Order: sequence, then structure tokens, then C-alpha cells
Amino acid sequence: MSSQTPAPAPDSAWARVQLARHPKRPHSLDYIQRLIAGFHELHGDRRFADDAAIVGGFGYLRDRPVMVIGQQKGRDTKQKLHRNFGMPKPEGYRKALRLMQLAAKFRRPIVTLLDTPGAYPGIDAEERGQAEAIAYNLREMARLPVPIVSVVIGEGGSGGALGLGVGNRILILENAVYSVISPESCAAIIWRDAAHAEKAAAALRLTAPELLQFGLVDAIVEEPGEGAHAEPDAASFQLGNALAGALDELSHLSPEQLMEDRYRKFRSMGSFFQEV
Amino acid sequence: MAWFTREKSGVSADEGEKKVKTEGLWLKCDGCSQVIWRKGLEEQHNVCDKCGFHFKIEVAARLKMLFDGEYEEFDQGLASSDPLGFVDSRPYKERLESMKKATGLPDAIVCAAGELHRRRVQICAMELKFIGGSMGAVVGEKITRAVERCLAEKSPLIVISASGGARMQEGAISLMQMAKISAALMKLDEAGIPFISVLTDPTTGGVTASFAMLGDLNIAEPGALIGFAGPRVIEQTIRQKLPDGFQRSEFLLEHGFLDAVVPRREMKDYIGAAFDFFCGKG
Ligand SMILES: [Zn+2]
Repeated sequence: MSSQTPAPAPDSAWARVQLARHPKRPHSLDYIQRLIAGFHELHGDRRFADDAAIVGGFGYLRDRPVMVIGQQKGRDTKQKLHRNFGMPKPEGYRKALRLMQLAAKFRRPIVTLLDTPGAYPGIDAEERGQAEAIAYNLREMARLPVPIVSVVIGEGGSGGALGLGVGNRILILENAVYSVISPESCAAIIWRDAAHAEKAAAALRLTAPELLQFGLVDAIVEEPGEGAHAEPDAASFQLGNALAGALDELSHLSPEQLMEDRYRKFRSMGSFFQEV
Repeated sequence: MAWFTREKSGVSADEGEKKVKTEGLWLKCDGCSQVIWRKGLEEQHNVCDKCGFHFKIEVAARLKMLFDGEYEEFDQGLASSDPLGFVDSRPYKERLESMKKATGLPDAIVCAAGELHRRRVQICAMELKFIGGSMGAVVGEKITRAVERCLAEKSPLIVISASGGARMQEGAISLMQMAKISAALMKLDEAGIPFISVLTDPTTGGVTASFAMLGDLNIAEPGALIGFAGPRVIEQTIRQKLPDGFQRSEFLLEHGFLDAVVPRREMKDYIGAAFDFFCGKG
């Protein structure tokens, strides 16, 4: 954007995109640190490597045992490189599924935190089956017999985010976004110019209230004051409340009911009509 | 990320059209650059008999190639409701109308049932010429309904992909079709009903990252572009040229993501043999 561009309206789609990507916005580990007692990180996909763009491990959310898995961005340059800017590779998705299946084996609920610009578009990721890794997660998450609560905490970047997102409940933070394509890429296709990202962001209907309206998320988690970046402790507390509530609701369902509940949820997503 | 690259959306709609509408009796092969006789090409399933290059073909030709004879189409009238009220260079509603006129289809997929080697099967075939074969709610719903018919009547499923990925114009609703179809395929898997995914040129983005990679068998036509990210996006990310053959069928076979690369003229027999093995003959 040029320096002459006026600041976007505070509740515009583009303003939300900026907040979702805010350099100080809490990332997965910031929430885990504040919300998960006795967190033990678990590494690796036992196939190829440990992907630092996805973190996972077990611990306790206000005394509830949970397996937590999240996409992880870095804060400073060194961390950003280490976390690959939060863009997972196939081994990240495979690690995530390994941990989810581990949780399922011991009947422990799962929390996933979505925050990625997208799955990594690189040669090595393609060679190791980026598409297959995401596809496999989508199918296998659908049959896990334990509660899954997914939360979009920042950038819900298309299939790369969805690869951890097949939950019984899908929550979204007030200033987070969830989209099929980034506004920049969308603008590049339509207007041949990524600078039109602001228009694209509005057209894509990627904000929390719009997603709620389309029935693609179940609830919006309010952020304090100017946003989660300004008050991370308060934001974590609100997220903790929402997670605890969702997990408690789901704790009454049997494995079969959990799978059916998840299936019905995604089965109903769509919008079309029958021509006569 | 960008499943629709500028290149992708260009390739999809325009290139398909160009090939089909090229006038005259002769055309130049994209594989070997030799001039070939159009009529002869059509008789060869649109495969160049000099170099084996597989031309893109339409849905109707695909279905004719695989079914023994007559087939019944399902959900023919299902169409997009333009849930976002999406407007880019023109309103999405208008784009849908003009695509419908150009292809005779209300969206990018045809789902049908009939017999293949005298076995009842459900086939879903994507139409690349319809907004790049992109997947929105109609594609998601029609494939899911086909899976449900397979579950109800215990017949195998074939999905033939040709797609640039999820459809931008339906936003996150398109994205969620990936999960919706994959969940339905989980049910098919649990029921022990076979699903063969046939990947054709091109299959990328959210289609590859969902049902196209979830077959009991994943098989592709030779030389098809198959990947998650489009080549242009990868080049922009790594700032270098991609090697020849990158993300082509043979590359995926080498890296372990395809069961086989199957020439078009052998496709029906290959699928028939697989279903014989999975379900028993007769
Ligand atoms: Zn040729």
C-alpha cells in the first residue's frame, strides 16, 4: 500500500486483516503459555522431520486434559525464519494428525489453533505431498472419536488453516479472518494488482461476523479493547472461557455422537439452489 | 494461499476454449508441435498418436469413454446462489450465466450413474472450462450427494478431477467444501466402498488437497499438472525457475503420491480391473 492510502475504517474487512496480522498479536504459544497448565510439547511426525510452523503438546486447560495443536508464527526475524512465517509443510500436518490420533487413543479432547498465511508453497513441500497431507488430515479428523474445538486466532489462510480445522466447534476471535485465498492473491487475479487487496478483503467476506452469518463458524470470541495484541492476558482469559465452555458442552457426547455432530456440521455448509 | 494464480485462471477457461474452438481440420500438437488431423485425434480419445500428448477433453467425452452405454445424470439443476454477492471485474452472477451458456452446464461438475464393465458405478467429472473447474458449493454438494448414493446402493465411486482449486467467488464457503467432501469420503472408507480418484490436467489447490488425493487409488493421466500450490506461486516464493517436469504426473509417481500413471485409452480397463479386485467379479 502506498503511504498516501488513508487508514481503513476500524471495522472494515481490511482493518480486520491488519489486526489479524498485527506484529504484536498473540500467537499459538502465547495462548498456550497463558492457558495450558503443565504443557509438554511433543515433536515430529515420525516420518521425516519436526515442523516448527506447527506446535503441539498436552496439558490442562483449567483442569481439563487437552491436546493442543496450533500453527505458530515467529515474532522477530530469527523466529519468523525458524517458524517459516507460520507456513506449515507436510510434516507439520502429519505431526498434527499424529498428536490428534494420540489424543483420541486415550480419549482426550483436542484444541486446534489456526493462524497461518497458508500452507508453504515450495518445492520440498510439493515433493513431500503438501496436498496429500492436508487432504488426509481433513478425512482423518472427521473420524476422530473425541471432542475437537478449533479456533481461528489470527489468519485463517485457506487449506493450510483448514488442515487443522475440522472441529465439532469452530470459534473465531473477533479480529481474526478465515478465507479461501489471501486478499492480495485475490486482488492479483481480479485487478492484476495486489494493491487492491483492500477491495478484495471486503469482497471475500472473511470477517468473523460474516463467517458467523454464513454458518461457517459457531461463535465469535470477543477481544478486549483495541484487540488481542493490546491486552494479550485479557484476550487469553476470554479465549479460555470460550474453550472451557465448548469442551464442557461436548464432554457429554459419545464417540459416535461426536463424529456425527462433526459430520452434520460440515455437511450443511454450502449455498445453492435447484433450477427448475 | 493463492490457489488461483493469474496463470491458472488463464489456463483454465481460455485455453480450454481455444482448443475446442480452433477451426479447421488440422491442429498443432502441444506435445510434439506436429500438425495432426483433428478427426483422427478425436478417434484416439484426443491423445496424439505421435507423442502421446493428452489433450484436454470435455466432461461429456469423459463419461462416454468410461460408461458402457447409457447413463443417468443427477442434480443437473443445482446452481450457485452467489452467497457473497461477489463482484470483481463483473458480477459473479453474470459470470455464472455466461459460463452456463458457453458450456451448457450450470456449474463445474457432472455427476452420473451407469455401468462400467457391467458394474454399476457413480462417476463425478469436473469441467475445466467452467471457471477453471473451480470448486464452490455446487461442486461440493454434488460430489457429497454422489458419495451418499454410493453408500446407499453400495456402488463404487470415481471422481475425475480437472480444477484450479476452490472457487474464490464463494469465499470460505468454497473452502469448507474440502472438509465436507473429505468427511463424506471418510464414511465411504468406513463402509469399505472403493473410490478411485482420477487426476487430469490440471488438478491443483483445494481439489488436490481434498478428495483428489483421497482415493483408494489415485491415478493420473500422463503429463498432468498436479500440485497444491500453482507453479507461478512457487516460483514467486522461491525466486527461481522450477525444474522441467515438476508437479507433473510422472513427478508425483516418482515421489510416491500416485498409484499409477494411466494413459487415457487404458483408463476404463484399469478402473474395471481395480473394481474387479476390490469387489469381486460379476
Ligand atoms: Zn504430439
